[in-house]
Amino acid sequence: MSEPFRLNPRNAVIAGLLVFLALLPLYTALSGNSFVMTLFTRVLILAMAAVSLNLIMGYGGMVSFGHAVYLGLGGYAVGILAKEGFGSGLLQWPAAIAVSALFALVVGALSLRTRGVYFIMITLAFAQMVYYVAIGLDRYGGDDGLTIYKRSRFGIVDLNNRTLFYYLCFALLLASIYLVSRVVNSRFGLAIQGARSNERRMRAIGFAVFRYRLVCFVIAGALCGLAGALLANHTNFISPAMMFWTRSGDLMVMVVLGGLATPFGPLIGTVTYLLLEEALSRVTEYPGLILGPTLLLVAIYLHGGIHSLLQRRTS
Amino acid sequence: MLYFIEQFLNGVQLGMLLFLLAAGLTLIFGIMDLVNLAHGSLYMLGAYFAATFAAFTGSFVLGAALALAATFVCGVALEIIAIRPLYGRNHLDHVLGTFGLLLFFNELVRLIWGPAGMTLSLPGEMLTAVQILPHVYYPAYRLVIIAATLVVAALLYIVVMRTRLGMLIRAGASNREMVGALGVNIKLLYTLVFGLGAALAGFAGLMQAPILTVQIGMGENILILAFVVIIIGGIGSIRGAFVAAIIVGLIDTVGRAFLPDLLRAALSTNAALTLAPALSSMLIYMLMAGILVFRPEGLFPAASR
Repeated sequence: MSEPFRLNPRNAVIAGLLVFLALLPLYTALSGNSFVMTLFTRVLILAMAAVSLNLIMGYGGMVSFGHAVYLGLGGYAVGILAKEGFGSGLLQWPAAIAVSALFALVVGALSLRTRGVYFIMITLAFAQMVYYVAIGLDRYGGDDGLTIYKRSRFGIVDLNNRTLFYYLCFALLLASIYLVSRVVNSRFGLAIQGARSNERRMRAIGFAVFRYRLVCFVIAGALCGLAGALLANHTNFISPAMMFWTRSGDLMVMVVLGGLATPFGPLIGTVTYLLLEEALSRVTEYPGLILGPTLLLVAIYLHGGIHSLLQRRTS
Repeated sequence: MLYFIEQFLNGVQLGMLLFLLAAGLTLIFGIMDLVNLAHGSLYMLGAYFAATFAAFTGSFVLGAALALAATFVCGVALEIIAIRPLYGRNHLDHVLGTFGLLLFFNELVRLIWGPAGMTLSLPGEMLTAVQILPHVYYPAYRLVIIAATLVVAALLYIVVMRTRLGMLIRAGASNREMVGALGVNIKLLYTLVFGLGAALAGFAGLMQAPILTVQIGMGENILILAFVVIIIGGIGSIRGAFVAAIIVGLIDTVGRAFLPDLLRAALSTNAALTLAPALSSMLIYMLMAGILVFRPEGLFPAASR
């Protein structure tokens, strides 16, 4: 939000995290440990997806349970174009954004007519529909997925350069955090947030709540589609599994864990969740036995996520 | 024609299975206002229990009965330990918490039963095909599934509409606070309803176990279909769940069986082969979208339950 910057523990953590992310490639260059950079490239991309989900779920109160579908749509747009011989990123990435925006428009127009648990289940069901369609696409690998042999081409900029790709993801993540905070603090965003806390009142004072929400839904979908294009370029591989409904669950966990409706919450949540997953899978063969109950405890006790935990320390 | 009858019965059988899952989900949502993603895990547990107990006792029927009891106990324990703190919270907390439970159960099953799936073999007399119409044969076990599920549906109807427990369940669904204020032990009622939902899911899992491989994550795909069923039927309505389950089961099965031929009649063989698998898996979602446009609350809105 637009509160003045203060050096409190929360802002210190956020600043520290950003500095760490900015300097990470330096560590990789010095130590030669490229695994960390691969892991954190993934963190940055999924954080971008979480930021887009936070726009609708956190600020807009629209609990979408099918957000991973846009990662899949963006990824498949890149993969299918690459397979058909259109290697230019200037074509692939806009296509990823456009396909995701279009799908969000259709799903939003249908699902935003409903409320509460209906909305959760409908977004979930439509995402699963795309998952099954992708399984049926035999030409593009079906269930097994599709390997992308060449990353998107952008003239002389070579995305195969790991460091460059990392910084591109970092820059796009920061840009999306900036974009979302601009959107939510605009008149448009205040109307969206108003509709979250009292929809009837917003309608009574003359806001076309449905249209505002639909636009918000489409922005979030398009942004996540771009993250999907990045993810496909990062892994050089697309498969239906990237949009299975449990992936959408992961994205929701990242947002809630970090802190709903906070600008840096999704980033904090993504870093925490993915590092926790990574650390647990090194310690035990059964990470879910610890991760699962942790999520339950977060749902029961940790209102407002890590972001609010840091804030509570401040006051 | 023979093929059509076979596919029709397969569709009814899938519908019956979906009803068992959807009935539990819709009861739990209608009464406790809880979104339960771990419902598919109970379905999985039912199948694993059945495979284990049947191997242990050497009898399919005995194994199934033990598995049913075991999933009920698991459901009750789960409700008391993990679900209670989630009542009265928003749906996002439910999704997060029960998503955690789903991860937990998948891992627990992997720890106990190992990563490889299990199979459950049937007694000999259920493996044969019986003649249902002149020259039409159908596997006996699939008929058993349809019959058993119809019996369970009838029992459920009697329990909900004709018994004191059912009266409390219906009262709880329409006004929770009032039922509590009238001195009904709401905690116990919630635990029983959750256990009942768990037993229904477990029953679906154990009936399906001999047909499919029993494996980790088997509940995750079918859970989404059950969601589609209760969206179409109207959340909170058991009657709606029954009607919608059969519609979804039939459309999905019959669509997958006949859409390729229909498409081939209209398009070139190649285009039909490419389109058919993708299109037939979309059918039920298109049905759901269509129903949402005309009846956003589903076919049987909870108010008219």
